[in-house]
Amino acid sequence: MAGTASARPAPARDLAAARRREERRTRALLLAPAMAILIFAASGPLLIVLAYSFLTPGDYGGVVWEFSLKAWFNVFAERDFFTGEIELADAHLSIFWRSIKLSAMTTALCLLIGFPTAYFIATRPRKTRDFWMLLVIIPFWTNLLIRTFAIMELIRNEGTVNSFLIWTGLIDTPIQMMFTEFALLVGMAYVYLPLMILPVYAALERFDFRLVEAGYDLYAGRWQVLRRIVLPLAKPGVVAGSILVFVPCLGAYVTPRVLGGGKNMMLGNFIELQFGQGRNWPLGAALALTLLVIVMAALIVYVRAVGREEGGRHG
Amino acid sequence: MARRRGFDVTRLPGFATIAILCFVLLYAPIVLLVIFSFNESVSVSEWQGLSLRWYRSALENEQVQAATVRSVVIASAASLIATAAAVGAALATTRTRPWRGQTLAFALVNQPLMVPEVVTAVALLFFFSMIKVATGYTGLWYLIVAHAAFCIPFAYLPVRARLQGMDLTLEQAAADLYATPWQVFRRVTLPQLWPGILAGAMLAFVISLDDVVITEFVKSAGQDTLPTYMLGQLRRAVTPEINAISTALLVVSVVLVMAFFFLSRPRT
Repeated sequence: MAGTASARPAPARDLAAARRREERRTRALLLAPAMAILIFAASGPLLIVLAYSFLTPGDYGGVVWEFSLKAWFNVFAERDFFTGEIELADAHLSIFWRSIKLSAMTTALCLLIGFPTAYFIATRPRKTRDFWMLLVIIPFWTNLLIRTFAIMELIRNEGTVNSFLIWTGLIDTPIQMMFTEFALLVGMAYVYLPLMILPVYAALERFDFRLVEAGYDLYAGRWQVLRRIVLPLAKPGVVAGSILVFVPCLGAYVTPRVLGGGKNMMLGNFIELQFGQGRNWPLGAALALTLLVIVMAALIVYVRAVGREEGGRHG
Repeated sequence: MARRRGFDVTRLPGFATIAILCFVLLYAPIVLLVIFSFNESVSVSEWQGLSLRWYRSALENEQVQAATVRSVVIASAASLIATAAAVGAALATTRTRPWRGQTLAFALVNQPLMVPEVVTAVALLFFFSMIKVATGYTGLWYLIVAHAAFCIPFAYLPVRARLQGMDLTLEQAAADLYATPWQVFRRVTLPQLWPGILAGAMLAFVISLDDVVITEFVKSAGQDTLPTYMLGQLRRAVTPEINAISTALLVVSVVLVMAFFFLSRPRT
């Protein structure tokens, strides 16, 4: 034993190992409840969705345990009932297209309003910033359904906007805004706007305005300062905000159901339809997974964009 | 910051106008909804004088009563479970050395924030209907567990933020003085952690109270919560009674969120 003088004495080594074992055990015990709940009621059931998307629909909802690729086929294509020809499922594709288009438009609108607002808050005196942020946060934590109802009250035919316009004499018949894509755009922008303001503000809050001053000293105009100094440095916040708005818009269910009606369905409502009147659980499962894939792709783009930003800063 | 007279370097033209407009737009619809909840008239758009008529009618509506009780029961149970689980997870991810699988645990905790609610709702519909068939149980626990799951990240984030902001020296001093890990947690960590726990629990409660999508998919017949009841009542317009319920819910959310805001604000 004299030869192993460099190693620690055996009792100390045992103690360290025991301590590590103890730590592992504590950690496992601490994590177990959260992991159990999440695997049971959030992550695990996603595997069932995957399985169901390859099954045959039952007559009254549910599934029959027979393998079938029909659901996945039906996501994008359909077989003509009479001729048997395969063609693109226009109805489905138009819902996909509307979801992506409206989500992109909502994101752009939120950025257009949210960026100046975040900038405004970030340039207030430090003491009042908390107050302005509280004003942004309160609507954000207010029930989404209630906020959608509030927009509905505003834009429906007998709503506040139309009543006001008729009262002023500008129009004599109400403008139809409910159940249009415009209603969806307004509603989603209203509901998700705080999600844009919060990260952009976080990026601008630490912004060093001496840089802007330097820009002006070097004869830059307001527009050049915004485009060449403020925007590049706020980019991580802008990217984060855009993702935070775009992703929930894609999966939106409540707002399109209330404001869009049956004609302006988005992906979320179309998925729900497969469990109501449509009664095609496997198709619903396949559609849900398609939505999940689109969202994950958006998130990967986001992680990449932010990663490049960080890498660029160091390199 | 040295500023030239009359030239504010932080100002960008039009930004303040857009910002003020933005705040007006954020609050105007909600304020209008609240005002109209005190309207005497049956039609929501016409003002016929101040009245508590619709609050009374909502209070006397048995379906509303049942839905309210159900909402509160689910939100209380779910936020309690979620917060307890989240505190454990937060301790495991901040108070131990980095370990293999930490990223996976983190991804699992945040999964409800990333996966669209509709997708989780579909998954739970499948899973729970399997269990319903197998066991015959159709009670409220499905909703409670489902809510607890998506509440975990909301409870976890404030608790973890608090843990990361805490001074480790106190805990180390306690350990040096031969306190067991449990004693350290109970006597040193927990008293400092309370604001974070309370903040997390309140967020979880609000999130559960507001949920529509997952509840809509998971609930059995006759298990409406307040939001799904309101959505179900919706025809072409919002009824004044729904306005009254909305206002009441609004007050609860705003109070809880303000409390959260002041609890979670870093002390200076």
